[in-house]
Amino acid sequence: MTPVPITAFTVTSALGRGVPATLDAISQARTGLAPCRFETVDLDTFVGEVDGVDAVALPAALARFDCRNNRAAELGLAQDGFEEAVNAAARRHGPARVGVFIGTSTAGILAAELAYRRRDAASGALPPDFDYRHTHNTFSVAAYVRARLGLAGPCTAVSTACSSSAKAFASAARYMAAGLIDAAVVGGVDTLCLTTLYGFNSLDLLSREPCRPYDAQRDGISIGEAAAFFLLDRTAGAGSLALLGTGETSDAYHMSAPHPEGRGAREAMQSALAKAGIDAARVDYVNLHGTGTPSNDAAEDKAMHAVFPGGVACNSTKGFTGHTLGAAGAVEAAMCLIAMREGRVPASPGTRSVDASLRAHYETRGFRRPVDVAMSNSFGFGGTNCSLLFGRLP
Amino acid sequence: MTLAGIVRGIGLVGPGLRGWDASRDVLAGVAAFVPAATAVPAAEALPATERRRAGVAVKLALAAGLEAARAARCEPGECAAVFASSGGETENCHAICEALASEDRLISPTRFHNSVHNAPAGYWGIATGATQAADCIAAFDASATAGLLEALVRIADEPARAVLLLAYDCPYPDPLHALRPIPDAFAVAMVLAADGVGPRLQASMATGAPDAMAEARLDHLRRAIPAARLLPLLAALARGGAQTAALEYLDGTVLHVAAQA
Repeated sequence: MTPVPITAFTVTSALGRGVPATLDAISQARTGLAPCRFETVDLDTFVGEVDGVDAVALPAALARFDCRNNRAAELGLAQDGFEEAVNAAARRHGPARVGVFIGTSTAGILAAELAYRRRDAASGALPPDFDYRHTHNTFSVAAYVRARLGLAGPCTAVSTACSSSAKAFASAARYMAAGLIDAAVVGGVDTLCLTTLYGFNSLDLLSREPCRPYDAQRDGISIGEAAAFFLLDRTAGAGSLALLGTGETSDAYHMSAPHPEGRGAREAMQSALAKAGIDAARVDYVNLHGTGTPSNDAAEDKAMHAVFPGGVACNSTKGFTGHTLGAAGAVEAAMCLIAMREGRVPASPGTRSVDASLRAHYETRGFRRPVDVAMSNSFGFGGTNCSLLFGRLP
Repeated sequence: MTLAGIVRGIGLVGPGLRGWDASRDVLAGVAAFVPAATAVPAAEALPATERRRAGVAVKLALAAGLEAARAARCEPGECAAVFASSGGETENCHAICEALASEDRLISPTRFHNSVHNAPAGYWGIATGATQAADCIAAFDASATAGLLEALVRIADEPARAVLLLAYDCPYPDPLHALRPIPDAFAVAMVLAADGVGPRLQASMATGAPDAMAEARLDHLRRAIPAARLLPLLAALARGGAQTAALEYLDGTVLHVAAQA
């Protein structure tokens, strides 16, 4: 595929607001995970909560969108000059030529969870202040971002569980290649809610300590939340950061367990490399899906070994941010771009002793090295897999 | 900017609409529409364990998708797939919200993994062995139209691979039904490809009003169910010859589709 330039990006997670705060935490190997104090949740787990989301105010004209998830989106859009960069692109191309592709797994379901506590005692009706369309519905966050940025191009919410925002990149790249749009806002926004916390708990997949991806003692995930956005724009100069390749596959195996040999994961990575026309040996860093569950990491490790038999520097940054679910693809794309821009492989807080049965060259400590080509893996429930390859325009 | 694709096969499940072949004359306006509750087929293609766990959205997607693949005489596992739905597995969502509002907050693992928007894609893969890319998207009332757009964009990107579009919506039980009154289950599936035998579609974005259905009760379905927003296209295909359909997209825009049988 033709490389797609990335002309601006921003990430807000438990590490802080915007790229500089994120980089500061990465440089000090400081995790954003803390014991869960979210809402009324009574689970013994750690979460990566974004500080100050509840205090964010949406513009009055968009008040109907008000919920935690859209507040996180608003907070994210305000960082790193992202909104200004989008405005400039909209002026250049016209708002109808800028698309919006947002990955989310639960959107504003928290608003519905809270509304269900306030049902009318007699009729069972939900409270009149609950706005299903603009908060709970899967499309709400994509509609919010489109309205907030004044864009008028094609817009979709991509919702494939934990690969959602990785696949949003692939979709945007196709729309651009087809000539429907000249630029795209791609993002991932997912926020803490009871569905995912109690849901992963029901599957016995929540760790009681900060998650430890690829560690011999790993025992589950830590859930995080985040908002990360990217501006893809066909007009960019030489040397611009760029999306080089995308690989998307399905396991066709199980709803909540990965294919044990990592078949779909392997094919996704191989497809991303093939589409980019780049040999595996040229990849400098892989940001793994690396959730910290025993089976996920073992399956991904097999896939990694098959694709990179010579080894490659890799790790998971979920020990920093937690697993931000539908936002993970976007957050970890940002981690790749930061690694490229700073010439630094991030550390992997939480991982103390790498599982000796895993063969990946897993880096627990951060170090400086040029990163010219980086890959990010995102896999999810339903057997959905997406790998993204990033580099620079020649 | 025009996108193109050949319709190789169609599947349809809806109120009074039991399959594409049985519905063609109704949609073409030459046979009377007889309203009836949607008969949601059992998910026969799934292994027994998964069949028990499958919700309405999964059953709808499987039934319509397999009908379209049979009509296209294609191996469903070889197609890329685009799943489009406004609300996914609605009854499951209600059950989770209800459980989370209760004292113990216990939800079952099956309910949780069925809650993801891509659950029908996961079950589809298990049923058919499809290992190709599967997109799962939402765009509220424009979900199905966005799905068609996504499928045509996929064909432009990779002309050698057929794409299966599966658009479906299910009704919420109360209390969410009062806020999102989808009246019944509805699913449309289409195998689309760059070449082969079938009507040729040419689609482009435009401003304007979407086409309505001539039969008032079918038009009520079109306005009430996102997946039924594709009915004007199905009517155009049922009539045959050279036809057009304007399908509702976002904020006063439509996907304008010219069909040539």
